[in-house]
Amino acid sequence: MVAETEQPRSTWHRPTTFYDHRVKWGIYVALAAFLAWSLWGILAGVGLSRFTEGLGYGVTLLQTMYPPRTEAGDLVRLGDRLLESVAMAMVATAIGVTISIPVAFGAAQNLVSRPIYLLSRAIISISRAIDGLIVAIIAVMAFGFGPLAGIIAISFKTVGFFSKLLSEDVEDINMGSIESVESTGASRFQTLVYGVVPQIVPRFVGLTVYRWDINIRASAIIGIVGAGGIGQLLMTAYSRYEFDYVASILLGIILVVLLAEYVSAVVRRRVQ
Amino acid sequence: MSVESVTWERHDRRSRLLRFAFALGGLIVVLASWQYLELDLRDFGGATAAFADLATRMFPPHLEYAPEIVAPLIETIHIAAVGTMAAFALSIPVAYLSAENLTPNRLTYALGKVIVTVSRSVHTIIWALVFVIMFGPGALAGTIAIAVRSVGFLGKLLGEELEEIDAGQQEAISSTGANRFKTLLYGVFPQIKPAVVGLTIYRWDINVRGATILGFVGAGGIGVHLYTAVDSFAWRTVAIIVLAILFVVILSEGVSAYARTKAQ
Amino acid sequence: MLETHDLRKVYPTGDEALTSISTTIEGKEFVAMIGPSGAGKSTFVRCINRLTEPTSGTVELDGTDLTALSSAELRDARRNIGMIFQEYNLVERLTVMENVLSGRLGYVSNWAAFRRKFPQEDIELAYEILELVGLGGMENKRVDELSGGQRQRVGIARAVVQNPKILLADEPTSSLDPETSHDVMELLTDIATDHDIPVLINIHEVDLAVGYADRLLGLHDGELVFDGTPEELTDDTHGVIYRGEELTTTEAKRAIPAGGRR
Repeated sequence: MVAETEQPRSTWHRPTTFYDHRVKWGIYVALAAFLAWSLWGILAGVGLSRFTEGLGYGVTLLQTMYPPRTEAGDLVRLGDRLLESVAMAMVATAIGVTISIPVAFGAAQNLVSRPIYLLSRAIISISRAIDGLIVAIIAVMAFGFGPLAGIIAISFKTVGFFSKLLSEDVEDINMGSIESVESTGASRFQTLVYGVVPQIVPRFVGLTVYRWDINIRASAIIGIVGAGGIGQLLMTAYSRYEFDYVASILLGIILVVLLAEYVSAVVRRRVQ
Repeated sequence: MSVESVTWERHDRRSRLLRFAFALGGLIVVLASWQYLELDLRDFGGATAAFADLATRMFPPHLEYAPEIVAPLIETIHIAAVGTMAAFALSIPVAYLSAENLTPNRLTYALGKVIVTVSRSVHTIIWALVFVIMFGPGALAGTIAIAVRSVGFLGKLLGEELEEIDAGQQEAISSTGANRFKTLLYGVFPQIKPAVVGLTIYRWDINVRGATILGFVGAGGIGVHLYTAVDSFAWRTVAIIVLAILFVVILSEGVSAYARTKAQ
Repeated sequence: MLETHDLRKVYPTGDEALTSISTTIEGKEFVAMIGPSGAGKSTFVRCINRLTEPTSGTVELDGTDLTALSSAELRDARRNIGMIFQEYNLVERLTVMENVLSGRLGYVSNWAAFRRKFPQEDIELAYEILELVGLGGMENKRVDELSGGQRQRVGIARAVVQNPKILLADEPTSSLDPETSHDVMELLTDIATDHDIPVLINIHEVDLAVGYADRLLGLHDGELVFDGTPEELTDDTHGVIYRGEELTTTEAKRAIPAGGRR
């Protein structure tokens, strides 16, 4: 240190989070190359002119969408299907959350044996990795068109999401209060009811409402592959080029989604 | 502590009643929904059997088909990468507009909020439907759909990040005589850099997942092949595609998690 | 030489934070401004480099009226004014060296700033000053890893590296423990002597001010009610500053020579 201070130094290089500056630049170059390759991959087949042309079609599309269709019969169908979507979200949330409870406890490291833990974690990973529409498209083929396939798909997605977050809360449980209940001579079930449940109920309610909000969004589009709800109507109108009706449907979806988001935010604030 | 607070709540009759009403209301709504959808418990019993049946049909996965899905898988990754990159570039001005402390005036603030809300309340797949009409079927439409949906996400979260920056750091830099650009560079950007990098990588990870389904509406990626396979009941092919998707998604999740810890 | 004339600040809420402050600071004077919280000490210091825009009056630094400058000219003028903050206001996520070098930002191009590329002389100077403030060898540490005292030293280094004509400090010790406060005050007095520049600090700890300053300014309710050496700060004058007591005319004359001290 002293030797260093005797001579003023005239260069300084910023230390890097990477191993050294060469590694850093290597990573940057690799990343840039990857992005360039991706860009080329997307644009190679179409060219930039197709892009500008598309913007022109966009204007035409907007013109055909306006004004949105407002005939009574169409609106009734729209309302019916929207209601179906909301109902699907309700049932799927209930089913998904119910299934999630055992999975969440199974995925809490501090409560169960290793094999159960790993199994639960695998269920969670798979459920989270696969998009709901993929599950839906398979479910439709297996059980036919309609809300049942949609409910199964949304419930499946709910399990992964809900179990993961709930299991984190279960792992964070204050063991002290469990022990204090246990020390009164309570059985295992009683310990669960009095020691564990009160600690996670508020969080549980909050998560349920949050997931319900997400499920509303999901149920609005899952009909695109025939799994029931407003999405099915959207796809029909879309394939018939009834873009004014598509506009009404989209407005309906956005309205319901924003409403659900609002309700979910209000309820979660009250619970916490 | 928590046991005490619970006991206290137990004695609060009003909140107890409210909770009971809330739970009962939820239950009624779920049952009414069940009725409205004309569901039957037997359907779900049948579902289990059908899934078991499906699983046997999917086994063994059609391994010989694997080489055919490499190209669409790469296209899926391309869509996610370019879509995220474009969304990132677009989200910076959007974040600036929707940050209350930086936006020039109330009109621009409203504009920022509108962009964020519209982008976020429409699902990627619906954006894809729109862009397939405009740009024709294929990866371009999918990429734009991913980008447009991600702008709202990144714009909102980066905007919130900008709202929380420490003005003191900015002030100190400008008090040395630095101009606005340098002040942004030294006083603002270092504060939001981890969030910028972290959120972008996180969104990329989400977009890889999102890009796997774009093909259902003809917007490119592996979804096209999955759709065809499901449509022709080629369950062993479906199995290999789903496995490949699982692999890519879990891999990108790992990369994303690793890169985000590095960006702190 | 810093000269304020009739400096006034009224906030949009109608609060009059400063009422006509005229004073002169020159040489290598170490001036401490004392007064109760809310007296306007901070506003005064911030009005000098226009971090807070004064309502009326002038601030002259070596003959240039800072209040009359355009924003580009003000930027150039600010390069000559080093400022140290109560909460350090360092860029937490950058290294010590980058924080120190940011004091030279007014002298480099945008492109150089973007590449974090500073001239050799600046880097040499930065190393020298890091030694001076007792942070030799710490240049690669990130600021958020440092203690409060170390952070304030970085803050001082950032101001000194500007080669300023005056050093301003806004409550530089109030986030520090007593011992570190003494170190920082000592460092500031050393800098005033070594660099031959005046230092103006506002501070609420009177004993620190008395212990280190050459001259005290007492502010009460936005008004300059005391201007003198630490020895002249009697219990009576203390009462004037902190409780707004009236002095007898003769005492008042002694406390504030007409027209401020020249």
